[in-house]
Amino acid sequence: MSGFWYELKKNKALFLMLLPGALVLFLYNYLPMFGSIVAFKNFYFSDGNFIISLFKSEWVGLKNFEFLFRSPDAYTIIRNTLLYNLAFIFSCTVIAIAFAIMLNEIFSRKLAKFYQSAMFLPYFLSWIVFTYLVYAYISPDKGFINMTIFKFFGIPPVSWYNETRYWPLIIVLVNGWKWIGNNCIIYLASIMAIDQELYEAARIDGAGRWHQITHITLPQIMPVIIVMFLVFVGRIFNTDLGLFFLVPRNSGLLYPVTQTIDVYVYNTLIRMGDIGMSSAAALYQSVVGFITIVLANLAVKKIDPESSIF
Amino acid sequence: MGKQTKTELNRLNSISPKSNFILNAILLCYSLLCIVPLLLVIAVSFTDERMLAINGYSFWPQKLSAFAYQFIISMGNQVITAYIITILVTVIGTALSVVVMALYAFPISRKDFKYKNFFTFFLIFTMLFNGGLVSTYLIGVNVLHLKDNLWGLIFPYLMNAFWVIILRTFYRTNIPDSLIESAKIDGAGEFMAFFRIVFPLALPGIATIGLFAMLQYWNDWFLAALYINDPKLVPLAYLLYQVQTSMQYLMQNSSNIGGRAGDIMATMPSEAARMAMVVISVLPIVITFPFFQKYFVKGLTVGAIKG
Repeated sequence: MSGFWYELKKNKALFLMLLPGALVLFLYNYLPMFGSIVAFKNFYFSDGNFIISLFKSEWVGLKNFEFLFRSPDAYTIIRNTLLYNLAFIFSCTVIAIAFAIMLNEIFSRKLAKFYQSAMFLPYFLSWIVFTYLVYAYISPDKGFINMTIFKFFGIPPVSWYNETRYWPLIIVLVNGWKWIGNNCIIYLASIMAIDQELYEAARIDGAGRWHQITHITLPQIMPVIIVMFLVFVGRIFNTDLGLFFLVPRNSGLLYPVTQTIDVYVYNTLIRMGDIGMSSAAALYQSVVGFITIVLANLAVKKIDPESSIF
Repeated sequence: MGKQTKTELNRLNSISPKSNFILNAILLCYSLLCIVPLLLVIAVSFTDERMLAINGYSFWPQKLSAFAYQFIISMGNQVITAYIITILVTVIGTALSVVVMALYAFPISRKDFKYKNFFTFFLIFTMLFNGGLVSTYLIGVNVLHLKDNLWGLIFPYLMNAFWVIILRTFYRTNIPDSLIESAKIDGAGEFMAFFRIVFPLALPGIATIGLFAMLQYWNDWFLAALYINDPKLVPLAYLLYQVQTSMQYLMQNSSNIGGRAGDIMATMPSEAARMAMVVISVLPIVITFPFFQKYFVKGLTVGAIKG
């Protein structure tokens, strides 16, 4: 311990620099980690003080988890979370790479810049703005699709916010709309970093453009693709509340296809005030999320040690 | 990067004009898909309310009207308060978080600091594991007293582990150790070395993080949904959320309506006014977008190459 005090005295300034950040981390990130024992308790406020109430509340072991996994919601929310994330990984990776390669191939740099800017724009808008944009198209009585397109072709209007079957597609499209431009720029940056000599050598050997793409561009950006893929996988138990809660306007009829773990936790906590179930679900999400991140990072380390986070 | 010469060299080697045309067509279509939804919202906000009731939303207003904007201005308080709250939170939040993160990243970037590994782990562990929403919310409300408190909109985003790591990498790759050593030999303290040498040299990296933080604060609705009930503290994004569920929210919380509420309800441009609010809330982003974009691309590149 004396070593620590010596170090503290010697590097007082450095410790002082760490202090504000460390304090924020402790209060907002570490305290809740200890607080997650609420999941094993029948929590009630016996006292105005949260910490004292937490100690006084009785232990119920895994009761909250039992209730959660017995409820019919459990299967739906886990299935939705996983399937949507798989769809996102696939759609955002494949399309973003395709666009990045196209941007790199076209003649005009000016046009390429324009396309880049346009694609990047949705990333800058908040989810609540997206909710309005989507609503402008699919509002049942005013939306552009029902009132203009469907009317023109004589198709009867669809009440979009009540019909589950369209939503898996809508969610995947909206997610792609927000993220593809952003991902595309990451891939484009890594294509730009490829050594030009590789292409020149290939050209001398008589390789055409297509061959250059499949034999140089793709293999060269493979490490970035893999890292991005694993980052996605590491977050496979998380979903964006903005996309799943705001965009479908929290429509109860759509829950079978829009409720994910995050939406469930938010609804049970804020709407229903059920601390037991929601804390069990939240803790389950963090623990499984932790395991997937650690595994994903191990995989990154194997493939590209430089890119692993720890 | 000599892109120009690269293009010229590649002329002979490039794709055929026909495929160039096809690729351009695809990219143009997608680009339009990204922009057009915003245009629809702008068009709706300028359309006469009765026309909206008959024809629904469309790109070509049959009857132009700026009434929605007049209405929002006449509503006064609530929208202006929300704007002020958003600006306040964005400015204070961005300034504070950049300072806190830039300072934290410095000691952990120093190879000669003995506890750098401990504090790096202390940071990174928060990326791996969290208490989950419920316990974070309970602690936030009951221990940190963030409910109906402006800090509730600022405090949670002060530290972002990923961005701190990017900053640390930026320091390491852009600032030679010898520079700090020589400053120390000249008698400068750590703080002096940081503000005089590290900060100016790392400015591009710090600015990138600052822009990320700014966008996050400006666009946030989630913290407000968790912690804010008081209408005086509602930021723009969350106001939009409340207005989406009911236009009456605006009416109830507006002070200068009073007894005329019934009349105004009858003539209220609810559809157009909602869209006008969206336009007002994204305006600053769209205007500063070209400037933002340049830095974001840099930031993303740093992030992608050195995660």
